[in-house]
Amino acid sequence: MSPPAGWPGPLRAVSPPAVRLASAGAVSPPPVPPNSLRALGSGRLPRALHPVAWWLWAIALATAASRTSNPLLLLMIFAVLGFVVTMRRTEAPWARGYRFYLLMALTVIVIRVAFRVVFETGVNPGDHVLFALPRLPTPGWYSGVQIGGRVSLEAVLSAVLDGARLACLLCCIGAANTLANPKRALRVLPGALYELGTAVTVALSVAPQLVESVQRVRRARRLRGGGRRGPRALRAIAVPVLHDALERSLRLAAAMDARGYGRTGPATRASRRLTALLMLGGLAGLCLGAYGLLGAGAPAGVGLGGFAAGAALCLGALVLGGRRVSRSRYRPDPWRWQEWAVVGSGAVSAIVLSLGAGYDPAALNPSLYPLSWPALPVLPALAILVAALAAVAAPPPPAGPGRPGPEEAPVPAPQPAVAALPGATR
Amino acid sequence: MIRFDRVSVTYDGAASPVLRDVNLDIDEGELCLVIGHTGSGKSTLLGAVNGLVPHFTGGTLAGRVTVDGRDTARFRPRELADVAGGVGQDPQAGFVTDTVEEELAYTMEQLAVDPAAMRTRLEETLDLFGLAGLRQRPLSALSGGQQQRVAIGAALTAHPRVLVLDEPTSALDPASAEDVLAAITRLVHDLGVTVMLAEHRLERVLPYADRAVYLPGDGTVTAGDPATVLARAQPGPPVAELGRLAGWEPLPLSVRDARRRAPALRARLPDPPPVVHHVSRNRPGASPAVDARGIVVRYGSLVAVRGASLALYPGEVTALMGRNGSGKSSLLWAIQGTGQRAAGTVQAGGTQAGGARPEGAQPEGAQPGGPATGGARADPAALAPAAARRLVGLVPQTPADLLYLDTVDAELSQADKDARPEAGTGAGTAADGRPGDAADTRADGAPGDSRPSREILDEIAPGVPPDAHPRDLSAGQQLALVLAIQLTAAPAAILLDEPTRGLDYQAKAGLTAALDRLAGRGHAIAVATHDVEFAARSCDRVVVMAEGEIITDGPAAAVLTASPTFAPQVAKILAPLPYLTVPQIAAALGQVAAR
Repeated sequence: MSPPAGWPGPLRAVSPPAVRLASAGAVSPPPVPPNSLRALGSGRLPRALHPVAWWLWAIALATAASRTSNPLLLLMIFAVLGFVVTMRRTEAPWARGYRFYLLMALTVIVIRVAFRVVFETGVNPGDHVLFALPRLPTPGWYSGVQIGGRVSLEAVLSAVLDGARLACLLCCIGAANTLANPKRALRVLPGALYELGTAVTVALSVAPQLVESVQRVRRARRLRGGGRRGPRALRAIAVPVLHDALERSLRLAAAMDARGYGRTGPATRASRRLTALLMLGGLAGLCLGAYGLLGAGAPAGVGLGGFAAGAALCLGALVLGGRRVSRSRYRPDPWRWQEWAVVGSGAVSAIVLSLGAGYDPAALNPSLYPLSWPALPVLPALAILVAALAAVAAPPPPAGPGRPGPEEAPVPAPQPAVAALPGATR
Repeated sequence: MIRFDRVSVTYDGAASPVLRDVNLDIDEGELCLVIGHTGSGKSTLLGAVNGLVPHFTGGTLAGRVTVDGRDTARFRPRELADVAGGVGQDPQAGFVTDTVEEELAYTMEQLAVDPAAMRTRLEETLDLFGLAGLRQRPLSALSGGQQQRVAIGAALTAHPRVLVLDEPTSALDPASAEDVLAAITRLVHDLGVTVMLAEHRLERVLPYADRAVYLPGDGTVTAGDPATVLARAQPGPPVAELGRLAGWEPLPLSVRDARRRAPALRARLPDPPPVVHHVSRNRPGASPAVDARGIVVRYGSLVAVRGASLALYPGEVTALMGRNGSGKSSLLWAIQGTGQRAAGTVQAGGTQAGGARPEGAQPEGAQPGGPATGGARADPAALAPAAARRLVGLVPQTPADLLYLDTVDAELSQADKDARPEAGTGAGTAADGRPGDAADTRADGAPGDSRPSREILDEIAPGVPPDAHPRDLSAGQQLALVLAIQLTAAPAAILLDEPTRGLDYQAKAGLTAALDRLAGRGHAIAVATHDVEFAARSCDRVVVMAEGEIITDGPAAAVLTASPTFAPQVAKILAPLPYLTVPQIAAALGQVAAR
């Protein structure tokens, strides 16, 4: 089917990112669903991707990262995260935080290495000793840990790799937080958890108000001749601020009540108890499953089984709990093929690195003995590159609120009743 | 649509009911104005309509309130949300979400409105309130007027039959208030919503009102035609007071109405008008109580005050006007020394040693409680807080920020202690006061200068109960309390930041009288205000700021009649005569009659 006349948009809209990726030497273009080109075109319009899609993608990458200590693969994951974040983040305040996650990641690595250097873990006969720290004598009952001593290259490297893996997980979470609007993510919560989402939203908007209130009162305190520190100042500042906060929350509660918050459907005590039971069971199952899936030692059956059972129980609880809430959602984020593509691209890397088939699983965790340059397993590397497709599959983010559109004109204010005063300037 | 059937409301622990045997019938599509001063039960009346009284506030409601046939005793506010929407004074306090679009959708989400219908309604509301360009904006980035429009819009998206608005413009500057009131009248006319509105700025909505409800304060309610009700309602807008004074029947409700009747009155009035409030005692060559030069205040890249110079003279009341964000507050705070100041100098304090005091101020200046004299001049920012406040006192925009004790009396005695560090515990001042400050030595030399705060408070606002909790006082009483606390330090200059916010006509008149007396005692006074009528009644001099610069500085009569934006109602009615206030006319008519 050829695009209808007068619709040149789709091809133009698709091409730039695709071209950029192709020139970067990566794999095939994003999967095209069996829709018309026209649907594809409208899908490329700037919009915010479903926040859950970003979270699933990031979790999938985190899963992949947790499976490997191959520095090359970890570096690739870092690169993919950085690439996608740069391509698809918005101008919003929360989207400027990726730098801090990177800093935090670096700190994790540094701390890890520092600990390994300070607390000697023993040096094997064939190790390359880098330097030796003076050894601190420890009492006999404390002989398990040695402070100071010789530091080998192998120990430092293993600390760096351990740290890098942890840092990678951290950056995955950071990327999800940067890419997905946290408030929209909360809106996705099922009806039963709606109150939780509201509480977080309110807290997020009240926190800056509280800070502002403290600053205002602290400043005003000087007007009465008081200092800004000390127990007297504490009371003089805390009392007005708390009064303020209390009054504000009462007014907010009144406003929410008057606007229909908390209208509930029918819910019996039995159904409420059942909900709670299902939820607790489900959460336990999820915990077990997560441990089984991510921990390398547990049998795979426990992980998958626990996960599935937990998810089913939770789902049941949410459906049951959501039934008593009658509420609709304004402009819910759609789930279209772009969301599937993003989640899929992440899932590929998680699956390939978890299964360990089609390549040598040992290449994921190269040994430091003997010390050698790690090999790059082809399939996992490609799988991680597939995750980078998310940057192309996701539609470009919409222009942020910081950039007002051209239609933003000041509201015409009604003119004063008397246009000019006769004789006013005499 | 709304029916009150023998309704009485008594709050827990209150001796007498707030509303007593109220019978009221409001028809569909009416705009009903609720008039009365603070504490007369306006909010209770309005809260009873959307069920917040008594479900949320507590208290006992006797009788029956029905809205669109639903008895509010049996329906909780949330179950009335689809028939009655409500908006309060402070829109920000009611915001649940953080962007315009989500806020507008919130009520509909709660009512489970179909998503498609929600989308269209929201677009309509955006257009109706002129918010289309702001839809993605965070609510905190909006101006007060825009926020209030969002709040009204959010209540309206649920398509309620009744909208209850409790002083929606009391915290707004005039331009924003106009926006909001225009939106309200549009809504009454285009959508046929029944609106109950409590409002201080009556003049703008009065012409559109179908009915007025007056609460005199004793629990009773008088309802009827606006002109008739207003004739009885004691404090009214200047146009009504002028009409009452001139004996116009029926009372004019708008400037236009009054202006058409004015020619006869204009012919009787002498020109120039008599002076009713105290005369500025400022003489040429007098030295200012505060001399601020080249003040610059900047917050990051934002320049709030751009090289403003302002001198305040003893015995003179100066109004600082200008739109929100024009730098009024920043300038006042910078002068007081607590706010930040990037450049400029401030010299404050009594007149220079040996300098001639303005002659007119001499008798008053000798009174106890006048500003201390004879001290060296100093920059308040360079002094310890306790010393700075003896040079320049400031009453902030939210006076309650300064109150932290449990009773009015405790606050007052704390203020007395703070004002005389050598007599009281003085812990606060001793801890951070630098010994040897010019102002400290001055206070030691002249302790008689500061009067007990109770005396000051009784003079400003008689009858503030001593054992009341400061937070329970009305806005006017709170302001008076804080002003009294600041005056115990006997500052040479006293600055008030937006004192008229949320004050009713009565409280404003009280403040005017208080400022008049303080100026008579020789204090230099500066008031940042949006309120043109208040400035016309209280101030000798008007300074207008825009974008951090002072653009006009001159006598009140000249500045206030020079432009329609700043002209008080009386000036609009009586132009070209330079009358500004109703008391002036009363005095003039008295003179004419005496002749």
